[in-house]
Amino acid sequence: MIRRLLARAAETARLMIGQPPYEAYCTHMAQTHPGEPVMTRAEFFRNRQDARFNSRNGRCC
Amino acid sequence: MTIGRIGWILLALLGAVALGIVASARGEPVNAVWIVVAAVAVYLIAYRFYALYIAKNVLQLDPSRPTPAVRHGDGLDFVPTNRNVLFGHHFAAIAGAGPLVGPVLAAQMGYLPGMLWILAGVVVAGAVQDFMVLFLSMRRDGRSLGELVRMEMGPVPGSIALFGAFMIMIIILAVLALIVVRALAGSPWGLFTVAATIPLAVVMGVYMRWIRPGRVGEASIIGLVGLILAIVYGRAVAESATLAPWFTYTPVQLCWILIGYGAVASLLPVWLLLAPRDYLSTFLKIGAIAALAVGIIIVAPPLQMPALTKFIDGSGPVWSGSLFPFLFITIACGAVSGFHALIASGTTPKLIASEGDATFIGYGAMLMESFVAIMALVAASVIEPGIYFTMNSPAAILGTDAASAAAAVSAMGFPVTPELITSTAADVGETTIISRAGGAPTLAVGMAHIFSQLIGGKAMMAFWYHFAILFEALFILTAVDAGTRSGRFMLQDLIGLAVPSFRNSSSFIPALVGTLVCVGAWGFFLYQGVTDPLGGVNTLWPLFGISNQMLAAVALMLATAVLFRMKRERFAWVTMIPTTWLLACTVTASLLKLFSATPAVGFLAHANRYSDALAAGTLLAPAKTADEMRRIITNDYIDAALCALFLFVVLSILFYTIRTCLAARRMAEPSVHELPLVAAAE
Repeated sequence: MIRRLLARAAETARLMIGQPPYEAYCTHMAQTHPGEPVMTRAEFFRNRQDARFNSRNGRCC
Repeated sequence: MTIGRIGWILLALLGAVALGIVASARGEPVNAVWIVVAAVAVYLIAYRFYALYIAKNVLQLDPSRPTPAVRHGDGLDFVPTNRNVLFGHHFAAIAGAGPLVGPVLAAQMGYLPGMLWILAGVVVAGAVQDFMVLFLSMRRDGRSLGELVRMEMGPVPGSIALFGAFMIMIIILAVLALIVVRALAGSPWGLFTVAATIPLAVVMGVYMRWIRPGRVGEASIIGLVGLILAIVYGRAVAESATLAPWFTYTPVQLCWILIGYGAVASLLPVWLLLAPRDYLSTFLKIGAIAALAVGIIIVAPPLQMPALTKFIDGSGPVWSGSLFPFLFITIACGAVSGFHALIASGTTPKLIASEGDATFIGYGAMLMESFVAIMALVAASVIEPGIYFTMNSPAAILGTDAASAAAAVSAMGFPVTPELITSTAADVGETTIISRAGGAPTLAVGMAHIFSQLIGGKAMMAFWYHFAILFEALFILTAVDAGTRSGRFMLQDLIGLAVPSFRNSSSFIPALVGTLVCVGAWGFFLYQGVTDPLGGVNTLWPLFGISNQMLAAVALMLATAVLFRMKRERFAWVTMIPTTWLLACTVTASLLKLFSATPAVGFLAHANRYSDALAAGTLLAPAKTADEMRRIITNDYIDAALCALFLFVVLSILFYTIRTCLAARRMAEPSVHELPLVAAAE
């Protein structure tokens, strides 16, 4: 229970800074695009970091 | 009668009692907890009854309808996300400096007008806007506000809305930077801690990029420890005769430093400075907001500010203008914020797992932001009113020493002694607190007042003050960097219409040109604000408030047009009531800013005053030469032009909205551009 809550909190904190869960990405790739190359955790991190700061979406006041 | 129903009736009674206590208090200080109780009761009732009414009847949310995250799931931009996790994400994206600063400035009229507007505004306007835009974007593959206006109202209003959003961003960046300048000028302790975040961020950036890729948690702990050390060591810097001058600057010097810094920071690779500092500031922001909530409830401070002050007539020293319309544009974010329309049509709609979650995320997160505004209002009201007015009145009224400031503020009817002014400055570890306009230092004193009663007592007050300044400055600077970057992309796109090679965001020359134009634009308004004898807040904050509320009106007009196109015009009052109110406030306010005969309010009257003096051969402060007089006149005309431009944007969108609604009424069938119920075959 507490372990689940902590995991949720960590997931929230990561999404706040624009990092969706890597595991969900891997699951998605395995299910929908089997056999295609999958980014490593580090590549995934950089990809999401670049996406967050190279978007036209502003941040709030 | 069920137990649940009895519970809601009791909650409504509790809220009514709390509101009654807060509103009817005269003379006796009211405890801040009553404000918190009233606010929370209003939020819960609004959510349970109004938000769910909108979800069920107006929008008719359909949990079985696939969301963009389900249709396009890619594990990257489109990811079905747990509603609680997404709530946190959305709240972190909408919460910024706006809800913290506006209520502090509004406290000059007493806490009651601000509190009532924050509560009524969020329930009827702000949360409705966020929720509606989230819904519109969610039904259209997560498209942005500009695209939504284009789809539902046509290309011309779409372009007008986009251009308006860009201008608003420039004003936001300028006013945010001004707040940082006002907070850090002549404060070596504050500037040192903020400067220390640059090397700290670089260390974090290198750690997350090369040493332990993607380990945000570890890097953030390193950053947090570094920040605390920087705050502690900052006192030694401020007290050192050799180090302090390195971190002591005038507002004008700081203005140039910020402009240079903004240009460099937005051109550097994001992983090096921008991203790590963004992570640190996001976590610090959430942590500080949570700590403030806990602090207010445990400490339960009494409010020193009266419920109403005599300044509701518009004669206040913090900002000029009467309660209507200026209170309703001074508190923008927290009651209703147009900028949220850009966020609610950004990443959040691409992450929603089920349509049913949109109420909790769209309406709920805005209620939370409103609560942040309530806490800021409390923090500004728990400090001695004399100190509040000493910090927020311009130097032109107060003079620069404690004796003249105490005399001026006491003459306003808020007795304060020179000793209290100097001892408060000493308590928070600053040389002076006189005319520290902009809201951030006042909020920091309020937060230090609350936190020090929780941990550390008076001895820790200076630490908590600088912690609060750092927390505000850090996320404001991150917003300035990230905003400059987004602005640069917007500009590159605009120039790219004529010169296609400009759109390439990776090549250096277009990036440099885009950045310089963007920084130059907000830098211009920042410089103007910094050199303004009335502190700049008086000029820039209303422009920001007007533009932000106008964007909210644009978003609500879009929602109205869509309700008509969905053939649900019988529910359109939900968006038309807040639209009408926002139009009344912003149009009145911008006309007053343009044409009011009072120089403190009207830009043109101010320009005329300087033109007349110039013609008569006299100089008016702060100008020391005829050239400076001419520059002040030019600034007034630019501000007036900007105000007129915002007015044009909102009125033209109103025209297109009415046209769209009338056209939709003539049609027999719904004509919205929603995606079909079932995902198209791929």
